[in-house]
Amino acid sequence: MEVGLMQRQWVDYTKSLFLEDFLDSQFIELQKLQDEGNPDFIVEVVSLFFEDSERLLNDLTAAFDQPDVDFQKVDGHVHQLKGSSSSIGAQRVKNVCIAMRSFCEEQNIDGCLRCLQQLKQETCLVKNKLENLFRMEQQIMAAGGSIPSTELIF
Amino acid sequence: METSSSSSSSSSSSSCMKWSCENGYQPHVLAVDDNLVDRKLVEKLLKNSSCKVTTAENGASALEFLGLLDEHNQHTNFEECSNRSKVNMIITDYCMPGMSGYELLKKIKRSSMMKEVPVVVVSSENVPTRINKCLEEGAEMFMLKPLKQSDVVKLKCHFMN
Repeated sequence: MEVGLMQRQWVDYTKSLFLEDFLDSQFIELQKLQDEGNPDFIVEVVSLFFEDSERLLNDLTAAFDQPDVDFQKVDGHVHQLKGSSSSIGAQRVKNVCIAMRSFCEEQNIDGCLRCLQQLKQETCLVKNKLENLFRMEQQIMAAGGSIPSTELIF
Repeated sequence: METSSSSSSSSSSSSCMKWSCENGYQPHVLAVDDNLVDRKLVEKLLKNSSCKVTTAENGASALEFLGLLDEHNQHTNFEECSNRSKVNMIITDYCMPGMSGYELLKKIKRSSMMKEVPVVVVSSENVPTRINKCLEEGAEMFMLKPLKQSDVVKLKCHFMN
């Protein structure tokens, strides 16, 4: 496939991620931080996020398996996940965290469990989307092309 | 605890930063946050602004680095004394388990050794009472997360020159 076509596909894919709220402007801020001295910065941060979120989602699942749910602990985990999803621009994940914190406050187990299920889905979705995006970027660079600036496509 | 330096000078157009880079001035910032992703982010933001960075994942660790853990201990070791004298600014998250950023701020501002060092408190939540109590306790600034490069440039200009 020629580079121009790959770049156009990358632009369309990136646009869709923002339009469908998978990512927000914080992701663009992250991209600005990457430079030649640290060309893998975004991939590293995103990987850290997915390792961390996996751990938190496991902790949350375990917390709801207890006979008495410790809502303070649950809120602590959700707060962490909200923070890190917000920091990488994973908007949908962040929004579910916000909803889950309200249910925590009300000590609403059903509401929390629904959110937990959604969190698992949304984290999985955004992980796949970002993996696709990074793969497209690698292919463009392997073909000698460069990645367009995200800021300029909006 | 992790300490790292930036390897290349920043390309920002802000004039105060250019001055700092040309003189090879690398302020040392201690960044405290219990969130792994946020620690990585703040470290990158600071390195991009030519700062040397030490990160800590909680207040106790930060105090240990600064040799302030035991307020009554007169015999802090050489390393802790030298850490203290090198740190030009402390950035701390507000919400942390155990010792909060506010409690850490208080301990720093009430210590004879470190009270002059600027402390910036960051939080993902915009709560006016929280902001006020930090400023009253001597925090130089309160900023909202996630931080951007422009926030760090501002901090550097105000507090690290």
